[in-house]
Amino acid sequence: MANLIRQLGIRSLNLVGQAGGMMIFLLESLGLTFAPPFRPRRVLQEVYKIGVKSILIVMLTGAFTGMVTALQGYYTLRKYGSEGALGAAVALALIREMGPVLTGIMVSARAGSAVTAEIGIMRITEQLDALDTMAVNPLQYVVMPKLLAGVIAVPLLTAIFDVVGILGGYLVGVVLLGVSSGAYFSSMKASVVALDINGGIVKSLVFGLTIILVACYKGYYTEHGAEGVSKATNQTVVLSAVLVLAWDYVLTSFFM
Amino acid sequence: MIQIINLVKTFHGQTVLDGINLEMPTGKITVVIGKSGVGKSVLLKHIVGLLHPDSGQILVDGEDIVQFKGRKLRDFRRRLAVLFQGGALFDSLSVFENIAFPLREKTRLPEDEIAARVRERLAQMSLTEEVETKFPDELSGGMKKRVALARAMIQEPEIMFFDEPVTGLDPPMTNTVFHLITKTHEASGYTALMVSHDIPEVFSVAHQVAMLHKGRIIAAGPPEEIQSHPDPVVQSFIRGEVDFLEA
Repeated sequence: MANLIRQLGIRSLNLVGQAGGMMIFLLESLGLTFAPPFRPRRVLQEVYKIGVKSILIVMLTGAFTGMVTALQGYYTLRKYGSEGALGAAVALALIREMGPVLTGIMVSARAGSAVTAEIGIMRITEQLDALDTMAVNPLQYVVMPKLLAGVIAVPLLTAIFDVVGILGGYLVGVVLLGVSSGAYFSSMKASVVALDINGGIVKSLVFGLTIILVACYKGYYTEHGAEGVSKATNQTVVLSAVLVLAWDYVLTSFFM
Repeated sequence: MIQIINLVKTFHGQTVLDGINLEMPTGKITVVIGKSGVGKSVLLKHIVGLLHPDSGQILVDGEDIVQFKGRKLRDFRRRLAVLFQGGALFDSLSVFENIAFPLREKTRLPEDEIAARVRERLAQMSLTEEVETKFPDELSGGMKKRVALARAMIQEPEIMFFDEPVTGLDPPMTNTVFHLITKTHEASGYTALMVSHDIPEVFSVAHQVAMLHKGRIIAAGPPEEIQSHPDPVVQSFIRGEVDFLEA
């Protein structure tokens, strides 16, 4: 029993220590955004790697999510004779919840893991040390552009997810199941308010920052060679997905 | 002159450096020898500020660099360059971009001047211009080392650090890299610290050799002196005897 409590204590302390370390890492890296040399080109390169390269997978996920939401929504609403509200149901589900969350999880799986592997390999092959010895701050050159790119790219990807999802819902609801096109869009227009959209944007900003922060942190402190990189990559995907879901609950409770 | 005074470093309760004392004369190449895992690279990383000692001083021109932080540490690092064991070339950059990197980051030289300097260094390393567009994963071990040396030399450093510069290279390439180090040293006159276990090749480039054993410098002096040093540990290592005094 004493051993169990000791283990729990050690794990709790590790968790608190890691959370604190991550916060210091975030503040140090973001603080360097305002220190010269400014690196807009590096930020754009990272927006391309994290954002543009994720567009296809986000569109695919968005399309199928919108389609299945419309399918489920149609049969539920039909029981109450409210098929006309299908557009509102699809749009609200996507904009408030599914868009930011699923985009976050897809970005964490595709780009988060890649970021950890890239930085982890830089660590074990001494590329980060090489930057340091050239008087180039690795946090400013490697980490900060990725964090900014996460904050820029994830909200844009979420917007793409939402639009494609709404069109996927249109395809199933209107084209396949026969809901009126006018009812689909007018119910959407009547139900979706600025707070829903703002909530989705805030969530996607927080998710973007969280995912890339976890990915950079895990990569930056990688140890023990190739196995360490593999472990760090794995931890990034699991931890960032859990954090996205936890943040989702916290932020939703603010916006409800 | 770089002076290391009573440097101590412990990792997880294990003392790796146990009171290192060493002087590196200005303009000379000092080689630290010792078997693998003895702490040679740890010592080097302390002098370039990548590791912080538990105690001790590292004096460069009379100033203790252990106390350097922020801008002062960056200014010190502008004076040095490191050739890492694996080269540490940036995977995402081509050979040209790798060599140009320090100039692009730390100077405001126009691109044509940077290109001219990169090509000059490539030629110095006997690398052709076709290599410029290749990426590090397309290079052989020897080419990587030469590109890394070109990148280090392009900053024209006052102090050079070589971390196992010939590990993993075949004998002709080992000789080539040592020849290039000698050539660049003659041209630039930098102060250098090399850590290596490549005996006897290191004696051809060293002005001073120091032997690290069990966390301490047990012998230091000119190569000839070390080669005839009376300490059996030194002799055993130089002769390449198996697990000297530990078997």
